[in-house]
Amino acid sequence: MAQTTMLDTFPKYLLLNAERFGDRPAMRHKDYGIWQTWTWSRQLDEIRAFALGLQALGFSRGDKVAVVGANRPRLYWTFAAVQSLGGVPVPVYADAVAEEMAYVLDHAGVRFAVAQDQEQVDKLLSFRETIPALTDIVYDESRGLRDYPRERLHDFAEVQAAGRAALAADPARGRAWEEGVRAGSGDDVSVMLYTSGTTGRSKGVVLTAAASVKAALDTVRFDGLTEKDSVLAYLPLAWVGDHYLNFAQGYVSGFCMNCPESQQTVAQDMREIGPTFYFAPPRVFESLLTSVTIRMEDAGRFKQWLFRHFIEVARKHGEAILEKRPVPLSGRLAYALGDFMLYGPLKNVLGMSNIRVAYTAGEAIGADLFSFFRSLGINLKQLYGQTEAFLYVTAQKDGQVRADTVGPAAPNVEIRIADNGEVLFRSPGQFSGYYKEDDKTAEVLTEDGFIRTGDAGFFEADGQLKIIDRAKDVGKLKDGSLFAPKYIENMLKFFPNIKEAVAFGDGRDFCAAFINIDLTAVGNWAERNNIAYASYQELAGHPRVYDIIAGHVNEANRRLAQEPMMAGAQVARFLILHKELDADDGELTRTQKVRRSFIADRYGELIEALYDGSTEKYVETEVTFEDGRKGRISATVRIADAAVHGRPARPHAEAAE
Amino acid sequence: MNAHPAIGPALGQPDASDDGIAKGEVLLKVDNVSLSFGGVKAITDISFDVRKGEIRAIIGPNGAGKTSMLNVVNGFYTPQQGTITFRGVERRAMKPHHAVRQGIARTFQNVALFKGMTTLENIMAGRSVHMHRNVFWQMLWHGPALKEEIEHREKVEEIIDFLEIEHIRRTPVGKLPYGLQKRVELGRALAMEPSLLLLDEPMAGMNLEEKEDMSRFIIDVNQQRGTTIALIEHDMGVVMDLSDRVVVLDYGKKIADGPPDEVKNDQAVIDAYLGVAH
Repeated sequence: MAQTTMLDTFPKYLLLNAERFGDRPAMRHKDYGIWQTWTWSRQLDEIRAFALGLQALGFSRGDKVAVVGANRPRLYWTFAAVQSLGGVPVPVYADAVAEEMAYVLDHAGVRFAVAQDQEQVDKLLSFRETIPALTDIVYDESRGLRDYPRERLHDFAEVQAAGRAALAADPARGRAWEEGVRAGSGDDVSVMLYTSGTTGRSKGVVLTAAASVKAALDTVRFDGLTEKDSVLAYLPLAWVGDHYLNFAQGYVSGFCMNCPESQQTVAQDMREIGPTFYFAPPRVFESLLTSVTIRMEDAGRFKQWLFRHFIEVARKHGEAILEKRPVPLSGRLAYALGDFMLYGPLKNVLGMSNIRVAYTAGEAIGADLFSFFRSLGINLKQLYGQTEAFLYVTAQKDGQVRADTVGPAAPNVEIRIADNGEVLFRSPGQFSGYYKEDDKTAEVLTEDGFIRTGDAGFFEADGQLKIIDRAKDVGKLKDGSLFAPKYIENMLKFFPNIKEAVAFGDGRDFCAAFINIDLTAVGNWAERNNIAYASYQELAGHPRVYDIIAGHVNEANRRLAQEPMMAGAQVARFLILHKELDADDGELTRTQKVRRSFIADRYGELIEALYDGSTEKYVETEVTFEDGRKGRISATVRIADAAVHGRPARPHAEAAE
Repeated sequence: MNAHPAIGPALGQPDASDDGIAKGEVLLKVDNVSLSFGGVKAITDISFDVRKGEIRAIIGPNGAGKTSMLNVVNGFYTPQQGTITFRGVERRAMKPHHAVRQGIARTFQNVALFKGMTTLENIMAGRSVHMHRNVFWQMLWHGPALKEEIEHREKVEEIIDFLEIEHIRRTPVGKLPYGLQKRVELGRALAMEPSLLLLDEPMAGMNLEEKEDMSRFIIDVNQQRGTTIALIEHDMGVVMDLSDRVVVLDYGKKIADGPPDEVKNDQAVIDAYLGVAH
């Protein structure tokens, strides 16, 4: 295969692709309602023009260039142009506030910034004076910027025009530029990706060119990606996933990258492009399924029947057919009919008709949700990755896919489980360190060069890795069984009626949980069953709701009992919280993640009640309303026992010590 | 981004409508206009002017005659007395579509779009005034008619890009939230490439964020496309921030006229808005 050609920098691949795939599309962008296409040779021309233009602005080798904005061709070209001159692109999250952005730009020592539009330029201008290294800003979209002082502020098109003029005046400059690209070394830094900083200040992950190319080559070969594939580039530019899946894999394999018209049109653009390779986090799949379900509820009776019937057929046979396992002829025929009647049209509406390989990662995905998409014939798989690995640590092979694992080690990746259960890896694409933070680099590296992921996991019997929780959150019950709160919580949260769960058990006799019901799902159920309620609190305390949730907890326990590593920590007691966990009250982060220690402090009384055998507890809680005022709510919260499977029933109170 | 060189550069340029009036000169002049419906005097002896390139606000309490004034300007009502001079030509009695031909476009207080049609179709409708092929060509929809359609579509796509409504291009406007419908209506008015754009309460019923967006678009229309704008608005913050000059009506009479700061401190205006003890 052509794409196995081994070079060591992305700009070298640019030259190669312009030669071998000169007339094939490299980049598309929907603009003024029409998909504009750039072939690889045109893309080379655009990148060369911008690179020469940057030179005219005084760019010198080693300069760092911030790239701020959404998925736009010009911003992707900036990556390659900067790399071609021996510089380092530093993509920055476009939704970062000025202060965060200033920190990254200052830390990275950025000299140029390429921004998408006025919004980003305004942010950059607000702190330009405070960052001595930052000299020039280049913008893509000129709208609203006409009257800005032009000093050290340039239009992307003008920079390119200057580059083209220089080239026309002296064609030798073009040759010199190509020479420079060919002379580039694999040891040069290819890109610096700043972590999103959910756990403290963001750190600059330094990736060298040769390592990045090597990693991309491995996965391109793994999934058989070629120049005939296409992707929709809609993920945040600064995230390793976008840079790896779209930019790195694209350059190495020569496939076409499609930039959506705007953030709001992604779904429509996806339908028009029909990508062959697709990545989305679990919540995207979840919202797709929800929208399908809701729209089907509005459909006529016959259509609803058709939908239910064929989804059932898909559930029975879909995954087996996808994995080429034996399926009875009747099943194949029913599935073929379903494909004609339902799966085909449905995939078409979702823009998934052409997908050969799709991945999800980042969070646990529910087995039902995962199976739904696979049963339609979409080859959805899981991977586990890290910025420090330049994405892939593990990836599932076609045909060996499960919802609850993330697959065996990706090609050429070594994985080891530390004594404390933490996953360690060594990979071809691994970073060379955090920029200017040697102490932090040393913290994550083991003596023999493995990288600590901070995640706890273990290998299943079939060699697939299972990630259970952040390593620091994993604890043990008193009897020594493993307690991974997030794993238990996810198990509970896969039930649509459960919105949020918080598990306790580290150092305790048994595991117990707080539960938040999902007001939409349970409210819907209440409506259909003529159960009147005035508030979340009232519905949450309803005996029949407790029955439903007890059923879910029981089912979750049954599933936990089937897993030897997890069976010890089944949920023996639970309560349904009298209020929804809320970011305004500090109980969740702004990204809707549970803040464990905060909840443990705030609801200390309730946690004690879970463990002292009481059946109810009166509590008062302070709440913050949306307008910032504070109030108090009080409730008597019922505490329920749950069935535990496969082991002797425990006392539902901790033994007095 | 301006990826398409053929259409790109046109975006940032001032309005193409060549009305022969220099920036800052009087574009529209209203002299001693009075309008009554039977015994009701809606407008009494009002005079003011709108200069090329400015944003002119008409404000006043409910029932002051603002919308009537706008209806007079765009030819929906013919005043019993007074004259209106647009682009240097004194106007006789006429119909709204004549006003459109002359280069006056407007939006309405209550959105008046074709609800069953998509955003794209609604804005394309705004181009109909510029379509020259006759109905037979349009039915054939080939050759020159198709070429014309494509040219107009390019203009419309510029407007869609300008107003950031790409995601609702194919959505029937009846399904859209109110704030977006208002934006589509502005798009349709812009499609006429007017030299004078009349906006009747462009922010009515909007939340703060929608108002900020709309203000931004109005300023952009004025600055980037060079369109002269006359607007009616109740939100005083918006009026004071946006407009170059303000005319204040009360009970059909003009009570003040001048820059926002001046008008704001005018005793007659304060009285009209807050009421005075009689």
